[in-house]
Amino acid sequence: MELDQKATRTLNFFTAQMVTISRYGIIRLAVLLIFVLGGLYALIVQIVKGHIVTGMRDNVVWGIYIANFIFFIGISYAGALISGILHLLRVKWRTPIIRIAEIITIVSTLIGPAYILLCMGRLDRLHHLALYGRIQSPIIWDVLAISTYLIGSIIFLYLACIRDLAALRDYPFKNKWRNKIYRFLAVDFNDNTKQNRYLNRALDIMSAIIIPLAVLVHSVLAWIFGMTLRPGWHSTIFAPYFVVAAVFSGTGVLIIAMWVFRRYYKLESYITKIHFNYLGIMLMILGALYAYFTFSEYLTSWYGSETWDMEVLYKLFDPEEYWWWFFFAAIIGVVLPIIVILIPKFRTINSITAVSVIAVLALWVKRYLIIIPTLETPLLPLQDLRPEYIHYQPTMIEWLLTFSGVALFCLIFFLFSKFIPIIPIIKAEEGKNYAQLRKTVMERIIKRKLKETKMKESQKIEHL
Amino acid sequence: MKKRKIKQSRRKFFAKTITAAAGAIGGIGLTAHSCKSKSEEHEKVTLLSQDGKLVQVDKAAITPASPAEARKGIPGKHFVMVVDLSRCRNARKCIKACDHHHQLTPDRPYIKVLRMQDNPASSPYWMPKKCFHCDNPPCVKVCPVGATFKRTDGLVLIDNHRCIGCRFCMAACPYSARVFNWGKPKPQKTNHPYSPETSIPSQIGTVEKCDFCPDMLRQNKVPHCISACPNGALYFGDQNSDSVTNGSETVRLSTLLRDKAGYRYLEELGTQPNVYYLPPANRLFPFKDAPEGQSS
Repeated sequence: MELDQKATRTLNFFTAQMVTISRYGIIRLAVLLIFVLGGLYALIVQIVKGHIVTGMRDNVVWGIYIANFIFFIGISYAGALISGILHLLRVKWRTPIIRIAEIITIVSTLIGPAYILLCMGRLDRLHHLALYGRIQSPIIWDVLAISTYLIGSIIFLYLACIRDLAALRDYPFKNKWRNKIYRFLAVDFNDNTKQNRYLNRALDIMSAIIIPLAVLVHSVLAWIFGMTLRPGWHSTIFAPYFVVAAVFSGTGVLIIAMWVFRRYYKLESYITKIHFNYLGIMLMILGALYAYFTFSEYLTSWYGSETWDMEVLYKLFDPEEYWWWFFFAAIIGVVLPIIVILIPKFRTINSITAVSVIAVLALWVKRYLIIIPTLETPLLPLQDLRPEYIHYQPTMIEWLLTFSGVALFCLIFFLFSKFIPIIPIIKAEEGKNYAQLRKTVMERIIKRKLKETKMKESQKIEHL
Repeated sequence: MKKRKIKQSRRKFFAKTITAAAGAIGGIGLTAHSCKSKSEEHEKVTLLSQDGKLVQVDKAAITPASPAEARKGIPGKHFVMVVDLSRCRNARKCIKACDHHHQLTPDRPYIKVLRMQDNPASSPYWMPKKCFHCDNPPCVKVCPVGATFKRTDGLVLIDNHRCIGCRFCMAACPYSARVFNWGKPKPQKTNHPYSPETSIPSQIGTVEKCDFCPDMLRQNKVPHCISACPNGALYFGDQNSDSVTNGSETVRLSTLLRDKAGYRYLEELGTQPNVYYLPPANRLFPFKDAPEGQSS
């Protein structure tokens, strides 16, 4: 593949980074590995002793595993929606950030469902889903939606990577195995016009498919809760509420990832303040939308003041129960990002990243608050003397597995960055393509117009 | 007519058990029967065979319905329970009998007796609560693998060999009727292979609940909690034959519900339970709070 000067410079910059690892890099890797191993230990304990080692009991049947599940599927929106929409809108500044976004999607869509598996009492019967699956169950919808979404996201990322894989194939690496893998993955791409045309079209189609798919995945997830007859869950706005919360957290994680790579991979010349500003403004708008949904959800249930709804609401507003968490999740986590990004003086790369961290943490707490207080408020009075049956308290095992999930996320992300440049080397020549598309469309319209006028004329003649 | 129907179903049942027994003797079911004790092996019971003859079979050979058979239900029946709240004084004998029969540990009871008070002005009362075996069961709807199912005779049962332990049914059940085996269940004594009709043996990581004792129903007997209640607060019967019994008296279901203003708990949820309650009016006992330290 022939590269222009700029692309060659980028390629050299990234290949140098891909084959080396700094001393700090090794330490970071080791720390991540320790966390992952800690999770592995917790997993073994849980498999041997059963779910008795978790804080879940008969009333609170779902705990932070499910919160993590929603959280990870939520941040997967970074790639799907953000990069999909930016692609379709042909936004010029998207190039340096879309690959990060797409990798986030895939890694989190891999880790998220793992928490569902952790939550299952009988992991050894996973195949029952295939043997006896019932389409009536929202869990099956979830399985279908997430697997489709994962495959779609992988195809999307792969297509977006083909040009770079071809460039890497032709780069003289010291280790020949790299070239072999890249040769296999680059599927003989050599940048000719026909290939480019097909590739661009495929990317357009995939980004158009991935957007409704992503919306569907989180809607189905919300319906798992919305379909039950539980106060705090049985809500009609749950699906759009979840979708908005997911894009919000996805944008937040994207900003954090951008900051991390910019700093540790020295990408200051690629990822600039403009990217942080634009994404920050997106975060602000989504935050406002999310706040609107939150307000609407709790206002209606409070004003209606049904006994069960009120019981859950009182728990959220009770300082001895969940008030401070709720305050953080619904107010601090939204208002702070909005204020910081709204005022241009506060808008710096670091401040935008800092509020993104707060927003992402708030969103995790919000997922916790969706699940736990509702399950602690069954319709029938909870008359149990065992404290662990009344109040859910995550155990060490659950925390270990949670942190190991985050560590695994970082680890896979890190491995990805060693295999593929974290920023696309070759920009798709969509400008040219787009102009051509316009031309063909215009031609078609003119042709049709001509045909219509001809028809009309012939009809007139017949009339006469 | 009704009687003949029952007889037929009993005949069918016996025929099936005998087939199962033959299978066991033939060696098909050897593993399932390997745990039975020596003394019971020679104990004979007399049964009516399909062609109307009396036959003697090993007691241990009468196996409960297989998981596939247990999904069908007893033909022509629709089981209901009626709980007369005016007769309950929290004696908790039903819980004891249930725990004993299902070999449950006290940490996961199928029955709970809840202290209820409808509003501040009315007096509190005791409400025995088990699975309502709803006709529109939210738990069955959400099960991803069909491990919990609805039968033709109204029962909602669980096949703990199929359950994957996702607990969606527990989240979906508005009545908190279900319990989960969080750890390894206490070893249970049984001579029979597992059947959803007996719920024994329990399995780690699966869901359980009140099953209306279908093994008793197959023998035309009432569930254990019904016969255990010292006050006759619990009635059980068949909606199709319109009769329910509390062990000592048998009454017409429709009359009982009409005369005593029977209702179903949380009717507005649309789950259509098969457990009716009679309001706690004209009580047999004054309300007395439970002793300290007693959990429901």
